[in-house]
Amino acid sequence: MNQLNFPIISLVTFFPIFGVLILLMIDKESEDVLRGTAVAFSVIEFFLSLPLIFYFNDATHQMQFVELIPWIKSFGINYYLGIDGISLWLVILTTFLTPICVLCSWTYIQKYVKEYMICLLLLETAMLGALVSLDMILFYVFWELMLIPMYLLIGVWGGKERIYAAVKFFIYTAAGSVFMLLSIIFLYYYNYKVTGVYTFSILELYKLNIPVSVQFWLCLAFFVSFAIKVPMFPLHTWLPDAHVQAPTAGSVILAGVLLKMGTYGFLRFAMPLFPYATHQFMPVIATLAVIGIVYGALVAMVQPDMKKLVAYSSVSHLGYVMLGLFALNMQGVEGGIYQMLNHGISTGALFLIVGMIYERRHTRMIKDFGGIAKVMPVFATFFMIATLSSVAVPGTNGFVGEFMILVGAFRSFPIFAVVAASGAILGALYMLWMYQRVMFCPLDKPENEKLKDLNAREIITLLPLAVLVFVMGFFPGLFLRKMDATVSYFLKDFNTRYEAYAQQQQPTIGDRIAAVMQIKDNKNITVE
Amino acid sequence: MFDKVWLIPIFPIIGVLINGLLGRRIENINKSIIHWIACGAVALSFIVTCILFFQMLGLPADQRLYEFTWFDWISGGVLHTYVAYQIDPLSMLMCLFVTGVGFLIHVYSIGYMETEEGRYYRFFTYLNLFMFSMINLVLANNYLLLFLGWEGVGLCSYLLIGFWFSEEANAIAGKKAFITNRIGDFGFIIGLLLLYTSLGEHGIWTLRFSEVFTHVHLLSPQVATAICLLLFVGCTAKSAQIPLYVWLPDAMAGPTPVSALIHAATMVTSGVYMIARSNILYSMSPFAMGVVATFGALTALFAASIGLVQNDIKKVLAYSTVSQLGYMFLGLGVGAYAAGMFHVLTHAFFKALLFLGAGSVIHSMHHGLHKIHSHVDAQDMRNMGGLKSKTPITYVTFLIATLAISGIPGFSGFFSKDEILWQAYSSPHGHFILWLIGAVAAGMTAFYMFRLVFMTFFNECRAPEGAEEHLHESPKTMTVPLMVLAFLAAVGGYLGVPHALGGSNRFERYLEPVMGLGPEKLLHKAGGAVAQGAHAAAEAVHGAVGHAAAAVHEAGMGHMAEAAHHAAEHGSMFAEYLLMGISVAIALVGIFLAYTMYIKKRDIPEKLANSYPFLYRLLLNKWYVDELYELTVIKPLHGFSVLLWKGVDVAIVDGIVNGVARIIGWFSGVIRYIQSGYVQSYAVSVVLGTVVLLVYYIIKAIS
Repeated sequence: MNQLNFPIISLVTFFPIFGVLILLMIDKESEDVLRGTAVAFSVIEFFLSLPLIFYFNDATHQMQFVELIPWIKSFGINYYLGIDGISLWLVILTTFLTPICVLCSWTYIQKYVKEYMICLLLLETAMLGALVSLDMILFYVFWELMLIPMYLLIGVWGGKERIYAAVKFFIYTAAGSVFMLLSIIFLYYYNYKVTGVYTFSILELYKLNIPVSVQFWLCLAFFVSFAIKVPMFPLHTWLPDAHVQAPTAGSVILAGVLLKMGTYGFLRFAMPLFPYATHQFMPVIATLAVIGIVYGALVAMVQPDMKKLVAYSSVSHLGYVMLGLFALNMQGVEGGIYQMLNHGISTGALFLIVGMIYERRHTRMIKDFGGIAKVMPVFATFFMIATLSSVAVPGTNGFVGEFMILVGAFRSFPIFAVVAASGAILGALYMLWMYQRVMFCPLDKPENEKLKDLNAREIITLLPLAVLVFVMGFFPGLFLRKMDATVSYFLKDFNTRYEAYAQQQQPTIGDRIAAVMQIKDNKNITVE
Repeated sequence: MFDKVWLIPIFPIIGVLINGLLGRRIENINKSIIHWIACGAVALSFIVTCILFFQMLGLPADQRLYEFTWFDWISGGVLHTYVAYQIDPLSMLMCLFVTGVGFLIHVYSIGYMETEEGRYYRFFTYLNLFMFSMINLVLANNYLLLFLGWEGVGLCSYLLIGFWFSEEANAIAGKKAFITNRIGDFGFIIGLLLLYTSLGEHGIWTLRFSEVFTHVHLLSPQVATAICLLLFVGCTAKSAQIPLYVWLPDAMAGPTPVSALIHAATMVTSGVYMIARSNILYSMSPFAMGVVATFGALTALFAASIGLVQNDIKKVLAYSTVSQLGYMFLGLGVGAYAAGMFHVLTHAFFKALLFLGAGSVIHSMHHGLHKIHSHVDAQDMRNMGGLKSKTPITYVTFLIATLAISGIPGFSGFFSKDEILWQAYSSPHGHFILWLIGAVAAGMTAFYMFRLVFMTFFNECRAPEGAEEHLHESPKTMTVPLMVLAFLAAVGGYLGVPHALGGSNRFERYLEPVMGLGPEKLLHKAGGAVAQGAHAAAEAVHGAVGHAAAAVHEAGMGHMAEAAHHAAEHGSMFAEYLLMGISVAIALVGIFLAYTMYIKKRDIPEKLANSYPFLYRLLLNKWYVDELYELTVIKPLHGFSVLLWKGVDVAIVDGIVNGVARIIGWFSGVIRYIQSGYVQSYAVSVVLGTVVLLVYYIIKAIS
């Protein structure tokens, strides 16, 4: 059934649930036991996921470690899992960040510890599930499942305006998902109409020849859903609120993995399913991505709140990812995927850092700090490393992603690449300005004079991230070579199918509207 | 041994790892272990460089190129970049003086930073990290690795400028340096992308120097010009040229060894190195070269003018550095790449020496002022004076460096500066105006440098009461590097004595293999119509028959051109002597003026300042460039960002979102009344509904 003859993906995906069951049995009061158990499970989970790297065959674009079990036969829904070069590192990133999130919550979370840990582990399963699902319904289930623990993390353990932020987060993403669901169902029926087979398998649906005029609308539905998740300008305003209100771990997960679901969605669904429409959307998406880069950076620059600053920087960084993916060449797409990982690490680290200082001072306002480097030298070092990674200094991971994206983008749309590159100036501007105001300058606030430097647990939390910053900066081949086969097949397949579609006539606006009518007719026929 | 080139960068990075990770503990045990590790690492790099250098010299000139690929770096699709080094005359030259001068400054820092408690290890970690980056910059065999070094040195510069970060001004200066360099790097990286993709259009996907330079002829002149100009944008930031020079004077906030190492001898010359490295590319675009020369000349003059009136000893040296860098670019811009590099080398010696000397003075002043608990500025020359007898070694070495930078015959600066000035006049890319600007700036240089010497070392001591007896010479770790550098600053120029002075310009010979246009340049110099015609013909042959023909052409034409060159040389010898004489005279006038104004009749400066207050204030405030940038760039950008945040994000986007939510809320509120549970209201609805229906049907029936 797969190269290991063992359902390793299922194990990795559902192992956290096992942890949840154990946690349920532990007494609510013994908080340290709860914390320890959660750490243990998340760490074991990480090690369980490592064989995925070692046994991954980087010579093939095929799905690997595949598991296929019929689930609801009459609807053609399968329990269908697999990993390829696109999802591999995102899965690892998820299992890597979760223990860090648990660790960083050790003292940060003081109420409902049990429920909190359960939420985190549940969230891990949901995220992994969404990344490994090859069945649309299965994917959709996990996709929606992610929302609930995240909603709770923000709504229960969040800051002062947590309810507003949580609801905003939920409504934004749920609204997007509805469009996607409609699109999925349409695809399902359309496929049945054409092939006579009921299936939700993504790989099967890739093969569909969808009329160019219909593609536009289906693609749009997926786009909106994923663009909210990414988030792309101008659908980004839920993000700063969610980040600021979420507890540290929530922010780390949100930035590290959840946002990547949007970009991953583009790669896994929107782009390969609708090559022609994707091509049509290319200029629009690239424009929005570039606006996001500059806009996010500019707005980040003037934020008085450290966490909000980092949140807006995410908008900017994710703009790079989108620009890379839609450059539709090797450098762009690989750079985009690499940048997803980088962002998880650098922004994850930054959120951890902001969380640590918040835990000490109960404020995140930049103006409340100054000269912290003097009392917290170890903290200052980690903060500096995360900053460097975020501003993409060569030798750090950030540079690799950014450079590849710029190369890719420059080949596809040079002007956009030039504007995007200016984001690097702004990035340095807002990050170093924050660093200067927080860490440097005179230590003139008496409250800051007695701040304790990082303890062992906090160092353990940050150290893996700091090491990765440099490993990924100097040896990107370790990661990129595993993507090569998948990405190059992805692009080849995309282009051949795009060419085929391009042979068909170009649709006019009128055609598109007609197509909508057609959709309704089709539906009626198939339902009957 | 060439395949051991990776040893050169590895020693400093090991130093970084040891001191960076364990430094705090080591410092608690024994401080001296820290500097032994740091200095030892650089010393080892220097030794390896020397070995490789002499091995390379053992090879015939045309075989002096060795490339070593260490490991794969950023690759994907057609993109292949490597961490790979190259050994050739240019990279070895740079590496030699970077590690050599770097080592001396490391040693000097032991004395200078001895009082630094708890952060001693950090200083040496940063210095080692700088060496690592700088070595990568100069040894790289491709543009991307060069860029790693390029930004890496910028980062170290940022960290070291803000080393004493508790002062807000220092932190701001560090950030300013980094951001300004980022602006330059923006141009640089766009230039790289353009180079990469335009060569890629011809199927050459590479950033490797040796491949790029053998294929640059594929580029159209416009594209080549664009690439050159974009790369030059990077240089204006890194090497502090107009308009991005503004960070360098502020960078003096860092510890003085840093100013010597990074902001004088090595990092700031990397722009010069980069253009010299890319000389084949630049030679394709006379326009870009003209821009480089013009910006260089203007910077040389502009910065020198500011240097005339500054009172902070390090600020004078900073503007002097900007000005000297301008000379180097002037040299590059007129096609005298070797002369530009020669000035890089001699400048490294005498400017490092000047900074270290200034550091020694400041160190002494600090000590003296500290003893009497005075808060007077230790760097202000108005508080110095008479240090000649207090710090004799510093004085003598400083004087040697000053003679060198002023272009006094016999000292190193004379040879390199004069070569540049001569080329600025005589080269086909040169112009009389360029020479004139350079010569005037040379006069200014001599003036402000001797002004500095006179104010610092001569006359009576103006330090506060009681401080004077505490002023004394710096420790051995500081004075020995001074002496070594003084020796180099004095005799370094004999590496490249020009033909006109009976030398053979060995320096230029040495660099010839990397300059890629040896014969062609000789042709230009000959300037004869015959040679020109022959050249054109040869070029036609070159185009038609290809590489084999090219080789023949080069060999054959080389001899012819050389003969023509010698003939022309004798004719122009007189002009060269004349210009040399004029520039020396100008320098002597500068020195004489400084002597009159700061030794003989010391009331002149004040009188001058009073009679031309506008000009004086303009120069003192550095032409108000910082204020101009603040007003035209920084403020508007900040305002625009606030507008985006409060206006677009909060008001418009969130306004719409919350508005929709509110409308839905309001609508739900209205709908809620319908389902109130009161039978009466249901009854009313039924009645109303019936009425509506009735009215509808009635209207329908009527119409």
